[in-house]
Amino acid sequence: MSVVGNRELHQLTLTEQSAALSAGEISSVELTRHCLARIDAHDKTLNSVISVGAGAALEAAAVADVSRTEGDSGPLLGVPLVHKDIFCTRALPTTCGSRMLESYTSPFDATVVERLNAAGMVTLGKANMDEFAMGSSNENSFFGGVDNPWRAGTVPGGSSGGSAALVAARLASVATATDTGGSIRQPAAFCGVTGIKPTYGRVSRYGMIAFASSLDQGGVIATTAEDCAQVLQAMSGADPRDATCSADPVPDWLAAMRSVKDLKGLRVGVPEEFFADGLDEAVAIVVRDGLAELESLGATLVSISLPKQSLGISAYYVVAPAEASSNLSRFDGVRFGHRCEDPQDLTDLYQRSRAEGFGSEVQRRILIGAYVLSAGFYDAYYKKAQQVRQVIADEFDEAFASVDVIAGPTTPTVAFNRGAKSDDPVAMYLNDLYTVSANLCGLPALSMPCGFADGMPVGLQLIARAFDEERLLNTAHAFQQATGWHAVIPEATS
Amino acid sequence: MSAAWECVIGLEIHTRLQTQSKLFSGAANAFGAEPNSQACAVDLGLPGVLPVPNREAVAHAVRLATAIGADFARRSVFARKNYFYPDLPKGYQISQMALPVVGPGVVECALNDGTTVQVGVTRAHLEEDAGKSVHDLLDGFTAIDLNRAGTPLLEIVSEPDMRSAAQAVAYARHMHALVRWIGVCDGNMQEGSFRCDANVSIRPAGSETLGTRTEVKNLNSFRFLERAIEFEYTRQVELLEDGGTVTQETRLYDPEADETRAMRSKEEANDYRYFPDPDLPPVVVDERFVTAVVEAMPELQHVRRARFVNSLGVAPGDAAILTNDRATADWFEAAVAAGAPARLASTWLIGEVFGRLKRDELNLEHIPLTPERFAGLLLRIEDDTISGKIAKRVFEALWESGDTADEIIEREGLKQITDSGAIDSLVDEVIAANPSQVAEYRAGKTKLMGFLVGAAMKVSAGKANPAQLNAALKAKLDI
Repeated sequence: MSVVGNRELHQLTLTEQSAALSAGEISSVELTRHCLARIDAHDKTLNSVISVGAGAALEAAAVADVSRTEGDSGPLLGVPLVHKDIFCTRALPTTCGSRMLESYTSPFDATVVERLNAAGMVTLGKANMDEFAMGSSNENSFFGGVDNPWRAGTVPGGSSGGSAALVAARLASVATATDTGGSIRQPAAFCGVTGIKPTYGRVSRYGMIAFASSLDQGGVIATTAEDCAQVLQAMSGADPRDATCSADPVPDWLAAMRSVKDLKGLRVGVPEEFFADGLDEAVAIVVRDGLAELESLGATLVSISLPKQSLGISAYYVVAPAEASSNLSRFDGVRFGHRCEDPQDLTDLYQRSRAEGFGSEVQRRILIGAYVLSAGFYDAYYKKAQQVRQVIADEFDEAFASVDVIAGPTTPTVAFNRGAKSDDPVAMYLNDLYTVSANLCGLPALSMPCGFADGMPVGLQLIARAFDEERLLNTAHAFQQATGWHAVIPEATS
Repeated sequence: MSAAWECVIGLEIHTRLQTQSKLFSGAANAFGAEPNSQACAVDLGLPGVLPVPNREAVAHAVRLATAIGADFARRSVFARKNYFYPDLPKGYQISQMALPVVGPGVVECALNDGTTVQVGVTRAHLEEDAGKSVHDLLDGFTAIDLNRAGTPLLEIVSEPDMRSAAQAVAYARHMHALVRWIGVCDGNMQEGSFRCDANVSIRPAGSETLGTRTEVKNLNSFRFLERAIEFEYTRQVELLEDGGTVTQETRLYDPEADETRAMRSKEEANDYRYFPDPDLPPVVVDERFVTAVVEAMPELQHVRRARFVNSLGVAPGDAAILTNDRATADWFEAAVAAGAPARLASTWLIGEVFGRLKRDELNLEHIPLTPERFAGLLLRIEDDTISGKIAKRVFEALWESGDTADEIIEREGLKQITDSGAIDSLVDEVIAANPSQVAEYRAGKTKLMGFLVGAAMKVSAGKANPAQLNAALKAKLDI
């Protein structure tokens, strides 16, 4: 078995894998084989990946190894990863966790995939997820639930449950993910890993199957903020195929974070509402310890109030289903995706293809979305929700006049048992209590592990001003330099 | 139309914009290709694709706004119109609802009877076209061609300002000429580049309130537009006079039967669940873009027409013909720029040139004559080198060869005789050869003058200057 120092390859961070590759201590083929073997060994129980492309991965790894001998030396060259199955790939099917796309392969690569391929990364497979990214527990996947590597029978969170679980289990050092209302941060918190949702528009959405276009944003889940920055750096930047993608230049986040020694001068806003009713007490204690750690690194904690945040969930569950109801209309059984057997007429084709192809949560959200957009209800719901969005954005603006980042818990509780909330959509939706506002306002946000409650990981969330990912990454990096929570590997998969 | 019932008409005109690519994708915007050969992943609505707006389509909207004196919205918003249909790949059409790209304007349109009608334009908005369902190609199946899916349309919505089919046709023709003139649309009605929906209602003459309207969809010829409105008017009058009511509904005109038929009623209408498209930021256009587009626009049709009349002295009727399309007006002005007298050029162009084009079944694009050679001919008429009659001979020669008028006149010896000595000797010859006619003339039979002029002209082989010949003959005979 390959080891670097006294550690096995999967125990290395991406940054360490990259260093070992460039030092010639390991080859990409070796590393890729190791990851594939890990998937074989652990994913029967975890179910974190929907498809694996072993042959193509080993080929890509061999190509990367040759490139390296020819002088190529990019930091991501030859590093294996898994893409959330919402990103279109030519080489592997793209299911979006749905029966609707069970056998769909895209004729093009998503911009994110294209860029990471160009950086020399090796795609191992596609990560499990809640169907069409709708869910907070990964229980809505047509391909079955995903186990949280920290405790069998608990959920990994969602919708990027597969990405978070596989990184926590060290099947790969990094996975792409997407976040519409917390879908990167909540599973990262539940699985004890680090996840960043960048600013809306930082990462191209081209080839990322749309759930709610004004909220969706691609990002990364890894074990450290440094690793997140490595991959995010290569994913970000203007894309002529996405009109909502920002043309702002992408700063050199890695250089910035590596020069950070402490957090002196950093003003951390702590919203009292994030610690009010609904937050599990054990989680609150761990998060407060995390905040104290930031303080000990030189940051100043500032108590702030964000009373409008409580409106976020309601606005989110109007806007997101509204956009989803329209985005998912293209899955009609006509050109691609699931088509019912022997349709009697056009209406029958539509109705049965969609009823069979979509799971119940997706159908619920399509119905809600169509309702809130319908004549006579638009003003009361959709328009009002957009107004609420502005109110929350204004409140954030005001807060950011006096603080640099806002910090608090990522989720109200630690990971719950499978089935615990699947019959109660509203209880499930409350998982997103602290995360949806960043999506509604397009702000960058990050979750990092800050300890354990009842043996399960707890996430600390940081939110920053638009396009200030640097502040999030620097803060998390400084925290992770001083603490070891991010380095704890679940025993079952150590 | 009945005096008791007034017809009220508003039109929605769909113009397909002349652009290289589609409204939101890079696929070609062209008519007539193999089915589904011009539809890319974006047009097919594949999972993960996103729309990116076409700047040229926005520029076309600026051109239309400028041409009808309307406001161009510095910020407009694309919205989704949601409905299911197999030829609508995304399950929604990207259009504009609350904030269209072109605001209110007004156009004045001339009718054949010499009257004019002022028609208000409510708005114009950009939208993508749907694909095409073909029901008669495969037995038992509907075929779908997505080449048209995503092609750019500018829908121009009028106020209900027209009161007769004739006025509606005048407005439609005016807009048809206008969009072609400013290069926004090729105006090809057979290919569906320019099609109209007519909203028709009736009300008792003198009433101010609008009656219930019907909408007749997809009229792709002016004659169909006229017939459909006339049919609707008569149908609605008969309905109301028989004590019935008009149902608000969408109707289709059937040219074979020359009638309209109900397609769907308001109750059956879709709830389109419009909302701003979150994939497309508002279209924000800066002044520099607008200025650049406007500055590059051609002189507008009515402005050019007025200039032809007022500055060039062209007869108003001729000016209207010359400004029917830009190519004709450009050709005319090129001839004038090459020295042709404007008024002469306009009559010759409309008479001789158009006549010859028609005879040869050519259009102006393929004319074998250059404006410069045409001007060269007119200059020789103007300076009396040749007479109008000889000029027609030269014109035919110009058409057949690449030579200049001067070369033809020289080669064929067609130069007009203007030398007074030569004319005098011609006159003397004719007087000597026709003694009896001369005597009769001098005895008072003055209408013989024509015979004598003709005889002299014949002797000169048609080359004598007619005015000079007349004067010289008269002078000698009247002694």
